[in-house]
Amino acid sequence: MKKMNLVMVGNGMAGVRTLEELLKIAPDLYDITVFGAEPHPNYNRILLSPVLAGEQTLADIVLNPVEWYAGHGIALHLGRKVVDVKRSRRVAIADDGTEAPYDRLLIATGSNPFIPPLPGKDLDGVIAYRDIADTNAMIETAKTHKHAVVIGGGLLGLEAANGLMLRGMSVTVVHLMPWLMERQLDEVAGGMLQKSLESRGLKFRIGAQTEALLGDDSGRVKAVRFKDGSEEQADLVVMAAGIRPNTALAEQIGLHCNRGVVVNDTMQTITDGRIYAVGECAAHRGIAYGLVAPLFEQAKVCATHLAEFGIGRYLGSQTSTKLKVTGIDLFSAGDFSGGGDTEEIVLSDPSNSVYKKLVVKDDRLIGACLYGDTADGSWYFDMVREGRDIASIRDHLMFGQQHLGDTGHAGNSRASTMADSAEVCGCNGVKKGTIVKAIRDQGLFTLDEVRKRTKASGSCGSCTGLVEQILMATAGAGYTAAPKLKPVCGCTDANHQQVRDAIREQHLLTIAAVYEELGWRTPNGCASCRPAVNYYLISTWPHEALDDPQSRFINERAHANIQKNGTFSVVPRMWAGETSAAELRRIADVVDKYRIPTVKVTGGQRIDLLGVKKEDLKAVWQDLGMPSGHAYGKTLRTVKTCVGSEWCRFGTQDSTTMGKELERALWRMYAPHKVKLAVSGCPRNCAESGIKDVGVIGVDSGWEIYVAGNGGIKTDVAQFLCKVKTHAEVLEYSAAFLQLYREEGWYLERTVHYVGRVGLDHVKAKVLDDAANRARLAERLRFALDGLPDPWFEHDKAHIDVRQFEPIAV
Amino acid sequence: MRNWKTICRVDEIPRLGARKVTRKSGGDIAVFRTADDRVFALLDRCPHKGGPLSQGIVFGDSVACPLHNWTIGLADGCAAAPDVGCAQRFSVRVDDGAIALDLSELALPQRDADPGTASLVRGGNDAAAASVEAPAKAAA
Repeated sequence: MKKMNLVMVGNGMAGVRTLEELLKIAPDLYDITVFGAEPHPNYNRILLSPVLAGEQTLADIVLNPVEWYAGHGIALHLGRKVVDVKRSRRVAIADDGTEAPYDRLLIATGSNPFIPPLPGKDLDGVIAYRDIADTNAMIETAKTHKHAVVIGGGLLGLEAANGLMLRGMSVTVVHLMPWLMERQLDEVAGGMLQKSLESRGLKFRIGAQTEALLGDDSGRVKAVRFKDGSEEQADLVVMAAGIRPNTALAEQIGLHCNRGVVVNDTMQTITDGRIYAVGECAAHRGIAYGLVAPLFEQAKVCATHLAEFGIGRYLGSQTSTKLKVTGIDLFSAGDFSGGGDTEEIVLSDPSNSVYKKLVVKDDRLIGACLYGDTADGSWYFDMVREGRDIASIRDHLMFGQQHLGDTGHAGNSRASTMADSAEVCGCNGVKKGTIVKAIRDQGLFTLDEVRKRTKASGSCGSCTGLVEQILMATAGAGYTAAPKLKPVCGCTDANHQQVRDAIREQHLLTIAAVYEELGWRTPNGCASCRPAVNYYLISTWPHEALDDPQSRFINERAHANIQKNGTFSVVPRMWAGETSAAELRRIADVVDKYRIPTVKVTGGQRIDLLGVKKEDLKAVWQDLGMPSGHAYGKTLRTVKTCVGSEWCRFGTQDSTTMGKELERALWRMYAPHKVKLAVSGCPRNCAESGIKDVGVIGVDSGWEIYVAGNGGIKTDVAQFLCKVKTHAEVLEYSAAFLQLYREEGWYLERTVHYVGRVGLDHVKAKVLDDAANRARLAERLRFALDGLPDPWFEHDKAHIDVRQFEPIAV
Repeated sequence: MRNWKTICRVDEIPRLGARKVTRKSGGDIAVFRTADDRVFALLDRCPHKGGPLSQGIVFGDSVACPLHNWTIGLADGCAAAPDVGCAQRFSVRVDDGAIALDLSELALPQRDADPGTASLVRGGNDAAAASVEAPAKAAA
């Protein structure tokens, strides 16, 4: 079968990324032809500034060498500009007469620098700052000339000015607006930036309007004249007054353009469905993006559509900014200008050159502008994108993530000051140097890519913020964190919420149906998505959707915990941590009979038998004669209790009985993640109720209920939910909260993160304020758990494949 | 000389699952079944820290090791990038639903697995073998 022809006009980062994504999923669908006006293969335009500053070389920033194109059978025409496209004949024509027929055309022409219409703009020595040729021209000029003027005090202009200064020129930045980088910074931060750059030797003319560029007799620029009549000496003038989407070709061939080639959510031009546009030339919902992360999201969507998968829509992006001038830290994201019905939290310490402004609206962070200390930039940006409720951490918000405590990077959250040999990811032993090298060498831009190539932050995830900071520091301004909606895994573009919604709304009952409905890219998912989808099915449609043991992690398939040597651990259930002589005797006999090497008391008041062979599990369970402790699952684990009023001279409530009632009501409950409870009989809180998913504390007049505590990777103190009087109320409120979490939580999201995401107010509205809803939630949990088997004794009913316990001998 | 020994039937392994096969020496073998009923055999030891691959989640043509989630290709026994290492592969014959392993191959002393030598040990492609052919890909 003859392949279709795909012709790409433009050879920049967004376009080539589209080809990379396309080749990944449909390598044989197209014969691909690429036209690039520059004589270079695809390079990292973001890193031109470090090249200009002498920190990197041109060779360092090539992303796809010529061999890459050849290796994928791509016909590459460098230094060739497409001058016309005959849409009726479907053929693209280059300036040398080359004709390339197409079935699909991809326009990725990027943007052009905006050159203000000043007299003298065509003089020698007047250049823009856009590509390798401009960068080389600046480097060469700096060798022989002294005075440079940069017109435009935005991101690009300041980076150019800094680079020229480092190459020995005397540089003046001319900026029409009242402060520098006015689109990324507020006035205070802009002023601090100016002061800092001045101390390095840059000169500024703020608010100055350029009238003309003056030339000498040889036609070379010699000065800049301003409206007020003053002049500034200049051997080189760099125009950095902004960029404009390059739509010349698109307009010429009749595609609708409005500040960019107008595209729909699948990146097809609205004029011609065979023609796509991505990158800085494309206008999506009225916005032409200039940062790399949104462009890569566009590339991905475009590729899936070109591959005829028919899935994926681009829905726009939030962006953040970082200046690549070594030694200056600034960061902004979202709407940081404030005003109107917003509130501002500001920290200003001018003598230390630190300024931070957070803009809050309705208990959500909507923007941040940081100067001097940007360590928490990615953390704030995450909150802006996720729209997280920040009411509970508002007091600490300004002081950053580190202030909230995080063993993942406690004491050192400044990625830039870390040594290359410092370990970033403690789970996988990945050092900072390894991550930096991977980002540079392999041209990585997203957290997912770094995870995939280095494994950093791929396990417990507590170093994610730090990895993101390293990514920002290394990849530069082009980087913005992961896409706004994180997909479940690489098999799909759907996020957890979309999967949950689809299962509920479409009444989906099998994993296959979910994959079909949501257009999964893999036939049977992966080890990340299958357990998640399986949980969503059985939690949404209890007694209706069938549990799939092959989609569960081994622990939930074998109903025991796998250990590092392949043996298992067995934790029998002891209701509320209470046991008896008879149980202890049986446990001792089992330990002897099966030669179990280690017996350990757990943090949840249970006894753990470690080192049991898988072949022995069934017999061990039988001999123990105690219910499954579910210490192996994303389930209710334990209800820990203190001895309470039955024995304790301080006890005010019977915590042990309360704990037993809770445990008997909730055991066998699967959840997005493990669930731990505790009941203390008095405020001395010996059962540590303050760090449990549901913590109950007895007081003289009843019980206080706390939720969303966590004693794990990052210790989080549980939040007060309510105070109730009776055991029945404790049972109902706890069940209602846990059912809400079961229905709304994302797989592997602990209650602390779930409540952090939806906000405690949401939980209160559903569980406290609406009594009828509370009763319904509790009833739905009761229904879901009703009749569930004990997997240790009812193997068939629990869908356990018992063949796994019998190895085959040869 | 091939010495095929039937170990079980295909339907005695769960789809997207595995069974463990024990032998006298050289370590256990994991026998996997994919969604479309293809069967593969690997040494039941992840090249990372020796995790039992037979206990992992099978998806596509891979298995995720239960200990640290390395992804191991069922056909070549090799870890997906960025991880590096391979588990030894074993020949599999499926004949009318019966799975057989080669006893003479199982009796060979254990060695460091790498796909280059694995194909030598296998002695070329058996016409009746249902396993995939020796991959040309070298360990990354």
